[in-house]
Amino acid sequence: MLSSLLGYGLFGLDFDLSWLHVTAVIGAALATQLVCSRLWKLPRFDPLSALISGIGLCTLLRTNGIAPAVFAASLAIASKFVLRIRGKHVYNPTNLALILMLVAGAGWISPGQYGHFAFAALAMVCMGLTVVTRAARTDVTLSFLISYAAILFTRSLWLGEPLSIPIHRLQSGLLLQFAFNMISDPKTTPDSRAGRVLFGSLVAFGAGLVQFVLFRTNGPVWSLAAVTLLVPLIDRWLPGPRYEWTPTTARTGGSKPAGNLATAGTHPHAGAAAPAPAIP
Amino acid sequence: MKRPLLTLLLLATWPVASHAFCGFYVASGDAKLFNKASQVALVRDGDRTVLTMANDFSGEPKEFAIVVPVPTVLEKSQIHIADKALIDHLDAFSAPRLVEYWDPDPCMVAKEERFMLQNAAPAAKMSADLAGIRGHSLGVTIEARYTVGEYDILILSAKQSGGLEQWLTENGYRIPTGASRVLGGYIKQGMKFFVAKVNLKEQRKLGFTYLRPIQVAFESPKFVLPIRLGMVNADGAQELFVYALTRKGRVETVNYRTVKLPSDQDVPEFVKDEFADFYRSLFGNQVRQQGMEVVFTEYAWDMGWCDPCASDPLSASELRGLGCFWLSDDVSRGGGQTPFITRLHVRYDAAHFPEDLVFQETSDRTNFQGRYVIRHEWKGEGDCPGAREYRASLAERRAREARNLAELTGWRLERIRNKMAVTADWSRPEDRQRWWERIWKN
Repeated sequence: MLSSLLGYGLFGLDFDLSWLHVTAVIGAALATQLVCSRLWKLPRFDPLSALISGIGLCTLLRTNGIAPAVFAASLAIASKFVLRIRGKHVYNPTNLALILMLVAGAGWISPGQYGHFAFAALAMVCMGLTVVTRAARTDVTLSFLISYAAILFTRSLWLGEPLSIPIHRLQSGLLLQFAFNMISDPKTTPDSRAGRVLFGSLVAFGAGLVQFVLFRTNGPVWSLAAVTLLVPLIDRWLPGPRYEWTPTTARTGGSKPAGNLATAGTHPHAGAAAPAPAIP
Repeated sequence: MKRPLLTLLLLATWPVASHAFCGFYVASGDAKLFNKASQVALVRDGDRTVLTMANDFSGEPKEFAIVVPVPTVLEKSQIHIADKALIDHLDAFSAPRLVEYWDPDPCMVAKEERFMLQNAAPAAKMSADLAGIRGHSLGVTIEARYTVGEYDILILSAKQSGGLEQWLTENGYRIPTGASRVLGGYIKQGMKFFVAKVNLKEQRKLGFTYLRPIQVAFESPKFVLPIRLGMVNADGAQELFVYALTRKGRVETVNYRTVKLPSDQDVPEFVKDEFADFYRSLFGNQVRQQGMEVVFTEYAWDMGWCDPCASDPLSASELRGLGCFWLSDDVSRGGGQTPFITRLHVRYDAAHFPEDLVFQETSDRTNFQGRYVIRHEWKGEGDCPGAREYRASLAERRAREARNLAELTGWRLERIRNKMAVTADWSRPEDRQRWWERIWKN
């Protein structure tokens, strides 16, 4: 889905992205994954997650020149290996790189870049793909979207605005990319379903706060960065089975999707004692 | 007599003038270019905003009134009346431009190029006694009342839209049906209302025959241009030009897609004579192609220079006049970071633009300009192999230029071909003249 978004952006919407830019960013993500896999002595090099982060950054992060984007891609992947709590990486790598680049003023996100889709059509495609590829984390996406929609509609109803306003805000292509490809990252969301639903709602609440109280842009991205810090607390409060990224299982198991819910740590507090999950 | 309520986006007609510059005069046209257009200069740095609103209201000054939602109560010193020439200059500097080149003599080794510019700028021709006690009973508070230049200005706050609507009606403002609902949304967000009308006595004293742009300076995290009020009574689509001046880089809308106007294309020579028409058709066609859902970037450039220049860059004092507070008039003391200008152009209506425009400043300093090129054919009599090759290539070039033009403007290819005075295969009789026919032209 990310690849099709990138393709749509490049060919359909004429993003200011060169092939060199795309290749360099994805290449940097893969190279960092390779180097870190060696340094951390992982049994195998798994390119999938790095590829997802690389494409995600290509579609979201805009920079002056290629160098800052390459730096961001390396930063994103390296963060997975460095920033870990109880064997679980803390930040969604794309989200962290975006935040650091925004704070440093080295890049920007164009929230309006996809324009506004026929919401229902796109949502169905997203849902379909999500069900196929990442059934385990649909709950966090739905929780976020429903909460965010509730905030938008409630605010507009209170202000007496026509409903075309919240609908227009929901039809943002970037919002959907965030909901289906960033917040749903199985490695950085809480372990239990209840925890994930809470997490999705908190991110939506934070996004509303950034947009309507602080009047800043990219609310969901900032909110996710802040709420991610609460994940260890949510996991402690609402424990659940740990997610493990098991491409080997997917390949050998045939019918299982690439990302599935495994029970690597049968007890949520047994993170250190349980076999270390593979780093995506 | 009631004043028609004009909101931030004033209904106006906009005469076009093609400007001559760089020493070459190009024919001007006085056709109307864009109707119902308004121009806004938006200086923004951090949370500081200076808004300059220009209009070319052409009716009786006593009928003029403007209501703009603003985030804070403004003091008198936060309001200023600007010189209209500032907006005109910004417009001329950032307008799409036509560049002319003359093909060199293919028989000559040394090539000489000249170019001339034509500016299709819609040259910015965009130009109380109030009952406080009554206001109180309607929940309307007159927060402040000033006379600045030729304008009487009120800053109002209100508790509910019905009261504000009634107060405005009772005080001679003609409120369009449906405004109340929009006003209500702004009231609940804690916005105040900047209301201005012309003080005829002051205007006579000052001697201005036109209405000068109003400027307001305020600090607020909101980087928004309220367009909803202006659409309440709009009859059809409206046109808005925003000249954003920032320190870091390009400005774009975050709740609508911002796209660059197609640029750097070769078009047939006759476009020179109808550049205003070309620009209007080009813009209209692009709006149609994008389903009227996007905001167009027509210019994005560091104000320290230009290439080619459609007009001289604005001086430091002009930029300060527009609100670039970080600039010093004294260049010898460093002057300060030259602003980056972004010219945004949007045609909008309520169906396609339900929300106010929300902006963000990016760190993008990539230069962009709406630039169109005409190449004058070489009409020499030389008959060297280079000349023969050149003449043989002209038909294909004309076809390409015509296709570019058709794609940009939506004009029919047949019409373009007629205007270019070429045959069906894009050639002209003189392309095939033999050498002796070139000697004795009669």
